[in-house]
Amino acid sequence: MTEQEGWSRKDLLGIAELEPREIEIILDTAESFREVSARPIKKVPTLRGKTVVNLFFEPSTRTRSSFEIAQKRLSADGLNFSASSSALTKGESLVDTALNLQAMQPDLIVIRHAYPGAPQMLARRLEAGVINAGDGAHEHPTQALLDAFTIRQRKGKLAGLKVAIIGDIEHSRVVRSNIHLLTKMGAEVTVAGPRTMMPLAVEKLGAKVAYTLEDAIADTDVIMMLRIQLERQSKLLFPSTREYFRLFGLTNARLAAAKEDAIIMHPGPMNRGVEIASEVADGERSVILEQVSNGVAVRMAVLYLLSGAHREAA
Amino acid sequence: MWAGNPNMLYLNELGSNDQRSADRGREAIDTRGAGTYDSAGFGAFPLADRRTILDAEQMRRVVRRMAGEVLERNGGTAGLLLVGIRTRGVPLAESLAAQIGEMEGGEAIPLGVLDINLYRDDLSTVANYPVVKESRLPGTIDDQIVVLCDDVLFTGRTIRAALDALIDYGRPSSVRLAVLIDRGLRELPIQPDIVGQRVETTHDESVEVRFLEVDGEDGVDVTTVAPVADAPKTEGE
Repeated sequence: MTEQEGWSRKDLLGIAELEPREIEIILDTAESFREVSARPIKKVPTLRGKTVVNLFFEPSTRTRSSFEIAQKRLSADGLNFSASSSALTKGESLVDTALNLQAMQPDLIVIRHAYPGAPQMLARRLEAGVINAGDGAHEHPTQALLDAFTIRQRKGKLAGLKVAIIGDIEHSRVVRSNIHLLTKMGAEVTVAGPRTMMPLAVEKLGAKVAYTLEDAIADTDVIMMLRIQLERQSKLLFPSTREYFRLFGLTNARLAAAKEDAIIMHPGPMNRGVEIASEVADGERSVILEQVSNGVAVRMAVLYLLSGAHREAA
Repeated sequence: MWAGNPNMLYLNELGSNDQRSADRGREAIDTRGAGTYDSAGFGAFPLADRRTILDAEQMRRVVRRMAGEVLERNGGTAGLLLVGIRTRGVPLAESLAAQIGEMEGGEAIPLGVLDINLYRDDLSTVANYPVVKESRLPGTIDDQIVVLCDDVLFTGRTIRAALDALIDYGRPSSVRLAVLIDRGLRELPIQPDIVGQRVETTHDESVEVRFLEVDGEDGVDVTTVAPVADAPKTEGE
């Protein structure tokens, strides 16, 4: 009975393996869940009795709290493990941690890990559904989904749009997931950033490459700025944050080269004055806070769909 | 609403059609053989797999009468809010609102739409979770007189879920239930206040309500869902 147009995956590991149809199911479902957050009583009983484990091996505020709020609004019970406060720092292997969690019968596990492929490995071994909340520089599927949701909300569609993504392309899981998603849905993606942050053969993912901000944003509908990971500065990928800002920081003056109705996005957390000027971040075209609100709806949709699909396997 | 194109929404609603009627089908199949045709009082029925309960003209008259009853019971339109349960409670609520508006000299009657899927009591047993659509209620429902509208009242489980959903939006002063067809076979202690037509049915049967706005014509049929031996496949499977 699963061949009908429903969701049948137990896990959400990345955008790469999703079909456009599945992406649409998630976005449409999120559309319905958005309304729940606007009610006076922001809670529905849908996932009552389901247990979700949030396993964060890397620091995260936004994504983790977004998942937690989504769980609460669906009446699921969430359990948090973060790297700093648990056995995760005591030398236990990831598999052992996971098997121990499995023994407590959770329904879903949300995982963020520094190693690409960690969620895939867990998904293969565990009965619980696994949601990738970011694995190394590989994928961050719910971020790409909430970005797409926000774009669709503002522009009414994804197909045919031009999207520029600017910043550290090489180390960004957000970029990878976004390129997969946007190209699958018929949008055109251009990436730009310093050459030291541009992976080889990025074109193979289906994106165009520009080496200046102006080239990238001319004629685009969506401008997505990425966070410069200052903690990576020790690798000397660019001479100084001032120079970076001068070349790739988005300012109102630079924005003049873009379309009038182009929207500005940022996955957060922002470094004001490094990749984006305050005047742009707080400006009229910025949808950065909408992205955060939409993140809750999108994660509710993912939790809902995976809970339903997983039941079947059990 | 991202789908600026209203037709898009319309198609979605059509496409989602009927989780609920699909369920009815499933239930019917599960209980196949439990009911007999005779018990429903249709002796010659097994041969016919479709009978008409209301044609377009009759259906219009029935809806008109229901609209009158809503007005009468409510003593006017003050505080009245019609809420349609997706999918086919929505066109019923719209028709009732239009009729009531007409009777009251063109007054616009507030309308809402409720999706009950998040409140279903069978989420732990269904294989794939149903497609969830947006619920939309105009303003507050506090102290309003809410008339829940649905096309078919069957087990009562949809209405149980709808009541839970409604209460999450506020505290109406009262809630009434208007259904086009009451087909009996209740599993919960829920009764309608306003009924278009009562029809005796068995679990083997499915009630098919069509609305002009959604299906291109008005009408109500009862069809046999459970295939007898090698009968052709039906939608409910």
